[in-house]
This record gives sequence, C-alpha cells and structure tokens, in this order.
Amino acid sequence: MTNDMPTEAVLENPRVIAGGATQVAKTPAVIETKGMSVFYGDFLAVADVSLRFQRNEITALIGPSGCGKSTVLRSLNRMNDLIPTARTVGEVHYHGENIYADHIDPVRVRRTIGMVFQKPNPFPKSIFQNIAWGAKVNGFKGSKSDLEDLVEEALRSAALWDEVKDKLPASGYSLSGGQQQRLCIARAIATKPDVILMDEPCSALDPIATTRIEELMLQLKETYSIIIVTHNMQQAARVSDKTAFFNVEISQAGRTGRLVEFSPTDQLFTTPKEKETEDYITGRFG
Amino acid sequence: MTIDAPEREETQSHFPTEVEYGRLVRWRTLKARWFQLACFVALLVAVLALATLLYTIIDDSFGLVAVVNQQEPEDVVAGLGHDPAVTTLGELEFDELVGLLSANVTSGVGRRLEREQRFYADRLVFESPEVWNEVCSSSEPTPGCSRGPRGRDDVYALVLERVVQPDVIASYPLVPSLLDPEGFDEEIRLGFESGRFSEYSPEQVQIEWRAWFNPTFVRSPQNATPEIAGIRTAILGSMWLVIITVAFAVPVGVGAAIYLVEYARPTRLNGFIQTNINNLAGVPSIIYGMLGLAIFVRLFESFTSGAFFTAGVPPSENGRTVLSAGLTLGLLALPVVIISAQEALKAVPDSIRSAGLALGATRWQTVRSQVLPVALPGILTGTILAVARAVGETAPLILVGAASFITSDPTGPFSKFTALPIQIFQWTSRPQPEFHNIAAAASIALLLLLLTLNAAAVILRNRYSRRVE
Repeated sequence: MTNDMPTEAVLENPRVIAGGATQVAKTPAVIETKGMSVFYGDFLAVADVSLRFQRNEITALIGPSGCGKSTVLRSLNRMNDLIPTARTVGEVHYHGENIYADHIDPVRVRRTIGMVFQKPNPFPKSIFQNIAWGAKVNGFKGSKSDLEDLVEEALRSAALWDEVKDKLPASGYSLSGGQQQRLCIARAIATKPDVILMDEPCSALDPIATTRIEELMLQLKETYSIIIVTHNMQQAARVSDKTAFFNVEISQAGRTGRLVEFSPTDQLFTTPKEKETEDYITGRFG
Repeated sequence: MTIDAPEREETQSHFPTEVEYGRLVRWRTLKARWFQLACFVALLVAVLALATLLYTIIDDSFGLVAVVNQQEPEDVVAGLGHDPAVTTLGELEFDELVGLLSANVTSGVGRRLEREQRFYADRLVFESPEVWNEVCSSSEPTPGCSRGPRGRDDVYALVLERVVQPDVIASYPLVPSLLDPEGFDEEIRLGFESGRFSEYSPEQVQIEWRAWFNPTFVRSPQNATPEIAGIRTAILGSMWLVIITVAFAVPVGVGAAIYLVEYARPTRLNGFIQTNINNLAGVPSIIYGMLGLAIFVRLFESFTSGAFFTAGVPPSENGRTVLSAGLTLGLLALPVVIISAQEALKAVPDSIRSAGLALGATRWQTVRSQVLPVALPGILTGTILAVARAVGETAPLILVGAASFITSDPTGPFSKFTALPIQIFQWTSRPQPEFHNIAAAASIALLLLLLTLNAAAVILRNRYSRRVE
C-alpha cells in the first residue's frame, strides 16, 4: 500500500514518534505503561498501572464505573492533556519511547495512536471530508485521486464502503449511529495509525450495529493493535485476546482505580486469579 | 367535580383533604390565569410602545405641506421659451439649467459654487480664468480645481434650491392629512389671519402631498434648507462606520473569543479578564466616546488624521475622522462581539474538538477547520447585532467629533463625516418644524439600514447553520 504521508523519517515509520535516533523495538510490546498514575488536581484517579499491550492483539479494559479504565485509555495517546487539571505520572512507553518525555509532541502521539470515542462524533461535514481531513492535516501530499483512493481504502477497511460509496458528498450525520461509528473508525484508520484506542465504541449502538463493529475489530487487529474499553463483559470475552480488570477503591480521599488482574481473556473469564475478578465477572457486584 | 383517587387506608396524611384540595386547585388555577394575563399585558405594552414609535416616525415623514415657490417652475420653463405643459423643469438641458443658475444667483454665490465644483470641464461660468488659475496654483487650491465637473442632477438640485426656492411654510402630519385635509386649509388660513405668513399672499400657497422620505432625499447631500436637504452624506458616513467597525471589532473580538474558549486555562487571571469583558459590555456609550476622544482623536492623531501615511498635507487636519469614530464604535461593540462569539464557540460540542485532536491535528487546525465553521452562524449573528447596535449610537459620535453640518461625502477613512443618528439629532434640535419632518424621514433611513443588517444576520444564520448533535 502506498504511503502518501510526509516522508520525514519519524512519520514514515509510525512506530517511532520521537525525533532523533531511531528506536529499535527492545520489547515486543507496542505500548507499555510503567507505574502510571493519573491525577485530576490533587485527586488520584488511577494508581500505579503497569500493562503491556501486544502487537496485533485486542486488549480489553473492563471494570465497574469509576474504576478509571477510560482515564487509562486516554492517557495512552495523551488525550488527558486536554483536561486542564489532569496530570500523568509514571511512564507510558510506545515501542520503548516514553510518550510523556519532554521532547515528544502530543500531536505526533495522537496521529500514531488513534482513537474512537464512545459516542459517534463525525465532523459536521461530508463523509468524504470526514476521512480526508485527517490525512490533510497530517500533510498528505498525494493528488486528488490519491486522496480518493485513501478514502476508499479507509472506508473499505471499516466495512462501510458499500453502504456509502454512492453518497460520499452527503453529511456524516445522514448516516445511522452504527454507520457513523464505522465512519469514525475509518477516519481514524485514514491517518495510518499504529494503535487504535476505542472508548466503549458500542455503548451507543444497537446489538446489530454492535456485532458489525465487533467483526470489524477482529479484522482490524490483523493490521493494527487495538485497545478497547468496554462495559460489556461479553464483548470483552468475544473480541479480546487479553483483558485487564480494574476495580475501584473507595477511600477518604475519593475513588481511586487500580489494576486488579491482567491475563489472557479466556483465562481471566474462566479461571481468574483474583477473588475480586471472579466476583465481578460472575456478577456479584459492579 | 372531583376525580376520586382510590380509597386507601391512610394513617396520617400531610396532604389536604378532598374539600381543601378542591379549593386549592381553584385558587391555583385562578392564580395561573392572572399571571398569564399579566404576561399578556406586558406583551401588549411592548407592542404598543413599538407601534407608537413607528407611528410617530411615519406620521412625521409623510403628509400635506403648504409650499410657496419664489419662482414657479412653470414660469421659469416658460421664461426659456418652452411650453410648460410639455416640458418640466427637470427635463431642461444641462446648459439651460446652468444658464438659469447664472441668471438668478449673485456672482459671489456663483463663484463659491464653482470653486466647490466646476460646471464644465473645459470652461468657467462665474470665475475669470486668471483668478481661477491663481487660486488653483496657490498653496491651498479649492476642491473645484481637482474635482470633475458637476453632474446634471447636482445642477438641477441647485436650480431648485437657488431659482425656484421652494419654501415649506407649514406641514401637516400623515394621519390628519388623510382624515381631515380641510383642517390644514383652516390652519393655513388662520396663519395668514394671524400674520404668521405675512411675507406671502394666500394665492402663492400650494398645498401638496409630500413624502419627506423619498429617493431625492436619500440622494441629496446635506443642506441648510430643510426642503432640499438630504442624507446622502450621512448614509455614506454611517456605511463607512459599519465597515470600519466591522473591520476592527470582528477580527479582534473573534480572536479574543477563540483564545478565551479554546486556549485559556481556567486561571484566576483569565477569570478576571472574563469578568471585565462582561462588565465592559455594560459601560455607557458616552464613556466609550470619551475614550475614543482621548485615544483615537488625540493620542493617535497622526494615525487617525492620516498624517502618518502621507508625506505632505495630511488628508485631515485633525483626528476627528470617520476612522476615529469607527474605531470607537468598534471598541463599543467589542465586548458584545467577544461574548456572543464565546457563546457560539462554547455551543460547539467538545466531541468535535476531541475528534480533531485525536487525528493528530493541532489545536489550531481543529479550531480552524472544525469548530469555527460550526460556530460561524452564531458568531455572525451576534456580531451583526452588536455592530447594528453600535452604528445606531449617537453619544460617542458627538464626542469624537462627527460634523453636524457637512455637505461633502466621505471619501476615505480620513474624511470628516456625519452619520445618520447625528443628523437626526441635529435636525430634531432645530426649531423649524420642517427639520422635524426630515429628522423623521432620516429615522426611517436609519431603521431601514439597521433592519438590513439584522436581516443579513438572520439570512446568514439560516444559510450556514449546520446540524451538530
């Protein structure tokens, strides 16, 4: 597949997001968090998370409300920077490079680690523009037909092409909720990311649309690494290779999330190591 | 009439008994009706006030007038050998009109008119070539030296003003003109009896319908005679004000709003700035006028008079220019522009921003391509309303020195100027009733100008509004 994105070495190889010396991957993990904690002001939202996300795998983050799983997800591409009071301590390594290091521009991080949100949020523009825009802002140099190819490729990857190929100039809002969410996935794919973060991507969708998104995730993991936050344990069991279970601890300072268990999915759902995990997945709380 | 709830065993109810409840409901319904009525009365008062406003303006702008011409146009036309039944004064040739002028005005007035603007490009009518060349080669040449010759309409207006010299001796408002036209005749008769019109004879008086707001009124420049005075200078002045106000207030206001909404972190300083912007929106306009006088007229005089941009003689001898006034009005509109732009930006859902940033766009790229287009209709609406409000202001313009009497059109940002509200204010404060008529007519023009701006706001909002969920 041709790559019309900028030829600058650091962008041509999306695995390396820092300038300077090319990092040889020391670890097979795509993303690794090392003792990561997130604060909102003085309040500790998530404490001491150490996780390794593998290439071409789907990793699910599950847990009860308020356990900080979305916070963890948003820390992986520095979307938490947008919250003025949020502060991340510890390290998040992307192919061995700490994305919170001073010399890293969050713009580069977000381009390489894309994101799909809970509620479908297409731009109030045409379907075509929704997808082309991400490429354009990232310096897409190809011709008009190259851009059209890119849009088609992204829509095909998101299993949306057949439904929208005749109405690319129509508004993104003219699509159904499930189609909008696949449009958002196509939009994320079009900037050629390496990792896709999904924050409860199906919670606003009906079961049929949910099934389609899940099928799509399984296809996409051939190319991308996917990390998904979900409320739906069946969904985690159906699509993910590994699952991290978070729980919330209520102290006087407030509710702090922490990682309880991180195992291959089948193992976590059948023979959980922790009592808390077992209680949660069998529905005794949460 | 009771709708009974199913009987239930109640130990101790804090609710009223059935009878009490019935009474309560009646009382509550009654109270609701009263408040509905009160709100309706409030609406009526508002509508009545607006209707009275319009009534007053329109009543004064149209109606019967009693006119006395110093020379009847028919006589003038006949004097030139034309048949008055066939040719009217307005149909005369340019040369004939100039001839009429030169025959009827003193040579002093004629020379003044010619120095203002000459009649022919190739010859002089009132001035001798020697004096003309002397004047034009002096250090202060008159405008007529460089301007092109007068147009036909201009000369026709001069003929009306100087030759026919119509004098409206009395005017009658619209509604009595329609309902009781005889009352006006009676008024004229009484005027003659009391000696108020002693300089004329009753036979000279012609009663005719007059729309004070008419195309000629809009096209004519300012004049000391209310019958031929127009508002072209004022309209052009107001338009220049709109342009300068928009050019200043929109980029600055929208830029500040973008910074406050998209970039500013919630620090104490930013909160302080925000509070002060809100307060500035409530500062009386006269205070902005004083600010404009101190800053734009005095402090930046070399800039606002244009001296800064030209090497030789500055376009204006002081800072009392349309540029100063426009900047002052821009300053006046600025807080409202900022606030409305902020509201429009805040109404854009955050999910759009997250979506843009998550694609690896910078904040500016996201704001520029995704947030601003969505917020644009709201920004435009708020901005246009703020500018419309500012352009109707009078007090700051008086302070920054709008000319009360000026006959030349503004030609650029460094021109002396007048504006519609100033014109209305000036005319209203004159004692002659005809000035009140043209003040009312100028009010119509101002209202139409503002209505156009507001309509533009509505059209833009409807055209560009996009649905965002």
